[in-house]
Amino acid sequence: MTAPTATLPKAAPATRPGSRPRRRRVSHRTRLVAWLFMLPLVASNVTVILWPAVQSVYYSFTDWSGVGSGQWIGFDNYTRMLGDEEFKSALYHNLIWTAVSLVVPMTLGLFGAYLLSRVRRYQVLFRLAYFIPYTVATVVSAAVWQTLLSPDNGLGSVFGVNFLGDQDLALGTVAMVNTWAFWGFLVVIFLASMQSVNPALYEAAALDGAGPFRQFVSITLPSIRPTLVFLVVQTIIWSFLAFDFVFILTQGGPAGATDVLSTLLYRNAFANLEAGYASAIGVVMALFTAIVVITYQVLRRVRKWEA
Amino acid sequence: MSAISALTRPKRLRAPRVAGVSGRRPAGIGGWAVLLILALFAVGPLIIFVFAAFKTQAELVDNPFGPPAKLLWSNFADAWSQAHMGRGLANSAILVTGTVVGTLIIAGLAAYAMARLDLPGGGSVILYLLVSSALPMQMFLVPLFYIWTQTGLYDTKLGLIIIYCATLSPFGTLLLRAFLLTLPRELEEAARIDGAGELRIAARVILPNALPGILTVALITALAAYNEFLFAVTFLQSDAQMPVSTSFFAFQQSYVQNDVLIAAAGLIMLLPMLALFLVLQRRFVEGMANTGMAA
Repeated sequence: MTAPTATLPKAAPATRPGSRPRRRRVSHRTRLVAWLFMLPLVASNVTVILWPAVQSVYYSFTDWSGVGSGQWIGFDNYTRMLGDEEFKSALYHNLIWTAVSLVVPMTLGLFGAYLLSRVRRYQVLFRLAYFIPYTVATVVSAAVWQTLLSPDNGLGSVFGVNFLGDQDLALGTVAMVNTWAFWGFLVVIFLASMQSVNPALYEAAALDGAGPFRQFVSITLPSIRPTLVFLVVQTIIWSFLAFDFVFILTQGGPAGATDVLSTLLYRNAFANLEAGYASAIGVVMALFTAIVVITYQVLRRVRKWEA
Repeated sequence: MSAISALTRPKRLRAPRVAGVSGRRPAGIGGWAVLLILALFAVGPLIIFVFAAFKTQAELVDNPFGPPAKLLWSNFADAWSQAHMGRGLANSAILVTGTVVGTLIIAGLAAYAMARLDLPGGGSVILYLLVSSALPMQMFLVPLFYIWTQTGLYDTKLGLIIIYCATLSPFGTLLLRAFLLTLPRELEEAARIDGAGELRIAARVILPNALPGILTVALITALAAYNEFLFAVTFLQSDAQMPVSTSFFAFQQSYVQNDVLIAAAGLIMLLPMLALFLVLQRRFVEGMANTGMAA
């Protein structure tokens, strides 16, 4: 970070010799102070995240409707998921969403960042342009694309297609809107990572006659691997949790064609009065996230991906 | 970074002119063309959206993508009143201010304890923070909703601010902690020897030096709270409480046929954050990059 580490002793008087015992006493007292300082974080975190998360696990074994208390029904919610066509189709849509997100924004992000890393002029300007969509609120991004794709006064009318209303196109369209909103974020992080690659490597490769593409494959990609793997993992997790654009643009429709796990959970919790079942879906989503994160951490340890 | 370029300098001297085709040169016309196309993909839809905000609905049907024949400013006045933008922006201002202040206090205190007070068990706290910031909100949304309705926090801005603070402070803590670790310890050791208390040291010595990190967290938190949708649509129900994101959403749902007014309302919502972002974009972007790298 751009920390001015050199701004040292503004109000620092000279260290006195013989201050050792005093310091130890202070540091003993600071332990208590340290935990006092942690209190707001712990309290807010337990109230909003940890305790409700624990409750989710409990409710997932009940037929809780969202008010009052539910009956313990064991694993019924989980076995119900296995036979639930809506759940299976939502899961399938999440997998498609993941595949799209791993291919399209990743390619755009890597490509954009690599080209940007090779120019000095206007680099900041391009980076800014790419990043702007990421700062736009999802509700506004959704409106931007709804207007742009509109079957009455947009691309939809030009091509004679209803992008968001067609069962075969809707999911891909929503995933593309999501791509537009977040690929610039990938550019920024990839670029930061690429800029710390030793330029001597590129020069050596150029002397050996490697072209830009060859350099990308043999130098850039291996050098930024920790960042690449991290963002792949993040993208998988985000894809699995996707909610905003689906909820805003299609509400899971038409006819369930864009339903994902998050919208299914939301509908069960707040419209169908199936809060127990919704909790079970939430637990499954959290388990999936945990598996991805643990796999990532294990791989990182085993293969020593630390940069 | 400067160390790296210093290391490579002798190498450049050794191979002076062969480097005309060297590694760090841009990929020529093709490269620039791709960069431009990507920029168009990023910004083009927004520009068309801006155009739409200045047209009549009939003009939008005839000319969906081009610039408007003349600027119809009245769209903004209509959108402002019909979408209740004034009320939404005022609510958003309260939510953002509360969230930023709350998150900075929570994250600042915690980061200080972790980076400077040798918090006992600090390592496991970091692990917990990483886990809890990776925990999907789907995991705690439903019981949280129930708790909030039981405690009267549902449909209040305070309730939403608490949720935002709790969900944003793990990231803020990790970022501020990383920042504090770059500050030299001698700063507060000296004050401590002079008998200053921990709060005093934190406020008088660390705080002024940590301002760049604090500003980064404040900006990212503000953007997140202003743009947030899922919690807002779930935990605020009455019109009087709605921030600009959900009141814009409600407007969008009710006026499906009026794209020009939706565009105008969208621009009104976009402008405050876009202005902030453009002014402080370096800090934004670098902050984001650092967050991404941190985990």
